[in-house]
Amino acid sequence: MNLTLKVWRQSGPQDKGRMVTYRVEDISPDMSFLEMLDVLNERLILEGDDPIAFDHDCREGICGMCGMVINGVAHGEQRATTTCQLHMRHFEDGAEITIEPWRAAPFPVVKDLVVDRSSFDRIIQAGGFVSVPAGSAPDAHSVPVRKEDADSAFDAATCIGCGACVAACPNGSASLFTAAKITHLSLLPQGQPERLNRAKAMVDQMDSEGFGGCTNTGECTAVCPKGIPLDTIAQMNADYLKANSK
Amino acid sequence: MAVTGAVMVLFLVAHMAGNLKIFLGKDSFNEYAHALRTLFEPLLPYRTALTILEIVLVVSVLAHMWAAISLARRAGHARPVKYVAKKSQANGYATHIMRFGGLTIALFVVWHLLDLTFGVVNPKGFDSAPADRMVAGFDPSRWWVTLIYIVAVVMVGLHLRHGIWSAVQTLGWANRARYKALKGTAALVSVVLVIGFLAPPLAITFGVVK
Amino acid sequence: MKYTEGAPIQDTKAPAGPIEERWEKRKFSARLVNPANKRKLDVIVVGTGLAGGSAAATLGELGYNVTSFCYQDSPRRAHSIAAQGGINAAKNYRGDGDSIYRLFYDTVKGGDFRARESNVYRLAQVSVNIIDQAVAQGVPFAREYGGLLDTRSFGGAQVSRTFYARGQTGQQLLLGAYQALERQIAAGTVTMHTRHEMLDVIVSEGRARGVIVRDMVTGEIERHLADAVVLATGGYGNVFFLSTNAKGCNTTAIWRAHERGAYFANPCYTQIHPTCIPVSGDYQSKLTLMSESLRNDGRVWVPLRKNDERAPGDIPEDERDYYLERIYPAFGNLVPRDIASRAAKNVCDEGRGVGPGGLGVYLDFRDAIDRLGRDAVEKKYGNLFEMYERITGENPYDVPMRIYPAVHYTMGGLWVDYDLQSTIPGLFVIGEANFSDHGANRLGASALMQGLADGYFVLPTTIGDYLADGPFGEVDEEAVAEAEIKVRSKIDRLLAVNGTRTPDSFHRELGKLMWDYCGMERTEESLRKALERIPELRQEFWENVKVSGTAEELNQVLERAGRVADFFDLAELMCLDALVRTESCGGHFRAESQDADGEALRDDEKFAHVSAWERTPDGPVLHKEPLEYEYVKMTQRSYK
Ligand SMILES: Cc1cc2nc3c(=O)[nH]c(=O)nc-3n(C[C@H](O)[C@H](O)[C@H](O)COP(=O)(O)OP(=O)(O)OC[C@H]3O[C@@H](n4cnc5c(N)ncnc54)[C@H](O)[C@@H]3O)c2cc1C
Ligand code: HEM
Ligand code: SF4
Ligand code: FES
Repeated sequence: MNLTLKVWRQSGPQDKGRMVTYRVEDISPDMSFLEMLDVLNERLILEGDDPIAFDHDCREGICGMCGMVINGVAHGEQRATTTCQLHMRHFEDGAEITIEPWRAAPFPVVKDLVVDRSSFDRIIQAGGFVSVPAGSAPDAHSVPVRKEDADSAFDAATCIGCGACVAACPNGSASLFTAAKITHLSLLPQGQPERLNRAKAMVDQMDSEGFGGCTNTGECTAVCPKGIPLDTIAQMNADYLKANSK
Repeated sequence: MAVTGAVMVLFLVAHMAGNLKIFLGKDSFNEYAHALRTLFEPLLPYRTALTILEIVLVVSVLAHMWAAISLARRAGHARPVKYVAKKSQANGYATHIMRFGGLTIALFVVWHLLDLTFGVVNPKGFDSAPADRMVAGFDPSRWWVTLIYIVAVVMVGLHLRHGIWSAVQTLGWANRARYKALKGTAALVSVVLVIGFLAPPLAITFGVVK
Repeated sequence: MKYTEGAPIQDTKAPAGPIEERWEKRKFSARLVNPANKRKLDVIVVGTGLAGGSAAATLGELGYNVTSFCYQDSPRRAHSIAAQGGINAAKNYRGDGDSIYRLFYDTVKGGDFRARESNVYRLAQVSVNIIDQAVAQGVPFAREYGGLLDTRSFGGAQVSRTFYARGQTGQQLLLGAYQALERQIAAGTVTMHTRHEMLDVIVSEGRARGVIVRDMVTGEIERHLADAVVLATGGYGNVFFLSTNAKGCNTTAIWRAHERGAYFANPCYTQIHPTCIPVSGDYQSKLTLMSESLRNDGRVWVPLRKNDERAPGDIPEDERDYYLERIYPAFGNLVPRDIASRAAKNVCDEGRGVGPGGLGVYLDFRDAIDRLGRDAVEKKYGNLFEMYERITGENPYDVPMRIYPAVHYTMGGLWVDYDLQSTIPGLFVIGEANFSDHGANRLGASALMQGLADGYFVLPTTIGDYLADGPFGEVDEEAVAEAEIKVRSKIDRLLAVNGTRTPDSFHRELGKLMWDYCGMERTEESLRKALERIPELRQEFWENVKVSGTAEELNQVLERAGRVADFFDLAELMCLDALVRTESCGGHFRAESQDADGEALRDDEKFAHVSAWERTPDGPVLHKEPLEYEYVKMTQRSYK
């Protein structure tokens, strides 16, 4: 396959950045999207150019490190798929592909397609945990958990923290990410004691990081590689309202 | 957003029910208009209840607008650099025209009040019976008024199709199992409101009600 | 490559006495640090995987002043996140005859009698607490309808002791540790530095006193000082270029510690995982594991005939060879990994492999789907099937999966004693980065167990004994400056070459060489060839590598080049270790040492020891730590 790529290049946080066009040739349809970029980068290095910086690590769709907006869609148009798991067989020969970083003020660009997502870590710091120091836990079978609850908690817990939800949201909201963690812990007996404080602290942190407000557009779940459901946000809102009315 | 929106939805339902009284005859409609002003009399003086309702409504409208503006501003701050290419993945464009739709509705409401409440732009003027103002307002010769009205009411319908279920979600009452039913209800309420609001003016314009 | 033999070493910290009392004894004999002093003691933890994340969080909870590093943009992304299958624990919740002793026994046997009994026993004991801890943190393990935890069986065990969270056990456990870590960051006990790569250990007056790191965003070289340093930097499987490890996994941290004097133990023990998606082309950047749990219900087979080109569905039952079930009737498809991998290699070498290049075998779910129904199979393995389809474009509900072995885990690592301390005082090594508990082969679902055992329970106790003597005062400025200069000059050297080949192209070539000569099967000849080629390739690297950009910016080419440079040195030591160990054991198969059936043949007379390598200016020095088996009788493993 031969392709034309239009890629966002930005040498650092101060640089204004621009789209740059590259041609890539002889791409195999079995390559992953990142392998296609590897091929281009190998060429750029040898030509003495700066290769395109992008984040990636596991290349298995689980670490949440990769992520770019491909043809206007976070992680590309293939549903429930991270950028690293997107394969070139889904593109047509001769296609033109635009590649941009996640765009959100709380995700400042570090370089090219690499952004700083530490705001997510700070949201977790605000309360995304159960306070249980190592060694203090009771026997695992002392509290049975309904299978349905465990399964729903798991569904919410699969969030990989990639940030696609923010990238796709027209409001630049981090509600899906935050709600996924709140819901995961809200559904389990272990999460109950801190439930309301957690919701309040995490939502307040999310707001103070500069993420936008949720207007329930559903763009987030549509691009979420793990299909985190939208009703996690309802759960978050319920916990948050309850916390504030106390 | 959700609470103020809900107040307005309730208002719209009541308002629509009232409008439909025009089909029971002008007197029935005028009675309704009068009844509004004498609500809870003699417990409360003439027009007090209505004024309270009007205040609640105005406050709701203002708060709703204020919330909409601050949401839009936050969204702007959250994404200072726009995408070169951006493609929506969620279904339904009703979601994406909330701000635009809301603005259109706001402009319409201003005009609407001038027209039928204060009669400033109404051929019958202020000192007339409400039913007369209405019938005159939608006179066949003023078809363009009806047209504006249709556009605005359809906008309201779209606004509510997303707005109603969105409000339920915002208040934390939604869940996966209820989504289908919720979205269905939101669509149904919107359609009923659109039909309910459009029936009287269309009837007048096409001469069914005179 | 020349080497000399040095004095044998002994793990002096393991207490004597009955095995079930040793850890209790050590916990009691380890000195405690006065709570008021803990704040004054600085500990550096490099790595935020299961081992490092849990250790940093726990040390923070105990009140130490912790500084933590990882090279990713968030501690949550450490490679542990990718572990799929599950975590072992001797809970015996099923009442199927499991016990601490049985887990201990299985692990020693699974490791082909090359692991320390004391360590393994402790691991089995602590395994029980890990599950309790994880559940209390809200890790959503799979449950049964009664609300209790579900388990499944894994390779190398006949009991069902593997706890799991669908196919994402590592993710859920790591998020538990990550959340505990973030809680400590919020509490101010842990300071986190993401996107920082550790490039050297500072050793001052014989003690590890800090690290030199590079801020990967600005390129700044920073020094961080402490009273003790913990390395939890994971495994080095990426020396093979193609492996199931994340792209960033490296040996740099432990290798540079090795250059500073820490012994490197058993570098040649490499685990090749039997169920990975086969290579599809030259551009391939990594291999993807299909969880071992698939072997619970999938059946492995190849055509009976050589070069059978028919589609799998067209091959009748009596022309299929379910070779694992045939050769190992007792364990069948659940034999340990090393055995399953080599069996796959053997049938492919016979010309019966399937798929491109004949490098693959079928893993077939047809019978499971008939027996359990498609829905049940989907519930159990749905996400793995989806992943397979995403990568290969084939639907495993209709066509059998194709799998082939791939490098997955490294049992070798820095040598540590019972306290998890390396040969450099104050330098502790935990998780996959150390060599400790798995011997020559790790059982499935035991790495997560070991990482968390080390981080939550073992290290926090044993490091206290070391820190009880601290704080250790000023760090010698000269030692710090020297380390800093060493790091800078290596970077400058890489940038100065300005040759014509990319770091990745060297890495690919090195990896291929290692896979061919020091992979699933090793021979004296192949290893000698590798030992000849590696120095040549390394020389070419240093003369012809091209690193674009500068040192003062985010420079992913420079990061890669630095890691590849260390892989060359490590590769050499791996081949040397493999050459010296003329027996076969676990993941190390020397073709010269096999029995009549082609099974690995140990040589307990000569090799019942850990090989710990010291790096000296005069070349590698081998120190042997003898292994004694008081409880589990050494036998030739048999899974037939
Ligand atoms: C695909 C796959 C599936 C697996 N499935 C299972 C399973 O089902 N069950 C099981 O028990 N085991 C499994 N394993 C093995 C297990 O996941 C690992 O052995 C284990 O997670 C290693 O944990 P760790 O904490 O030692 O290291 P890692 O999780 O690899 O963490 C290493 C950390 O060190 C940091 N680091 C590395 N180098 C540097 C440096 N130079 N400077 C700064 N920081 C650095 C990294 O940023 C990272 O935070 C699997 C492994 C793979 C590859
Ligand atoms: C005055 C002009 C109006 C403007 C500028 C406006 C604007 C908006 C905006 C921007 C939203 C946010 C989008 C969202 O939450 O999904 C919204 C939501 C909503 N609007 Fe309006 N709107 C207006 C009038 C109305 C009217 C007349 C009604 C009701 C009859 C209404 C009902 C709602 C409801 C129920 C919501 C959903 C609230 C939520 O999800 O929290 N709006 N509106
Ligand atoms: S909710 Fe989905 S899109 Fe958002 S961070 Fe989590 S996995 Fe990524
Ligand atoms: S690289 Fe890990 S999710 Fe894509």
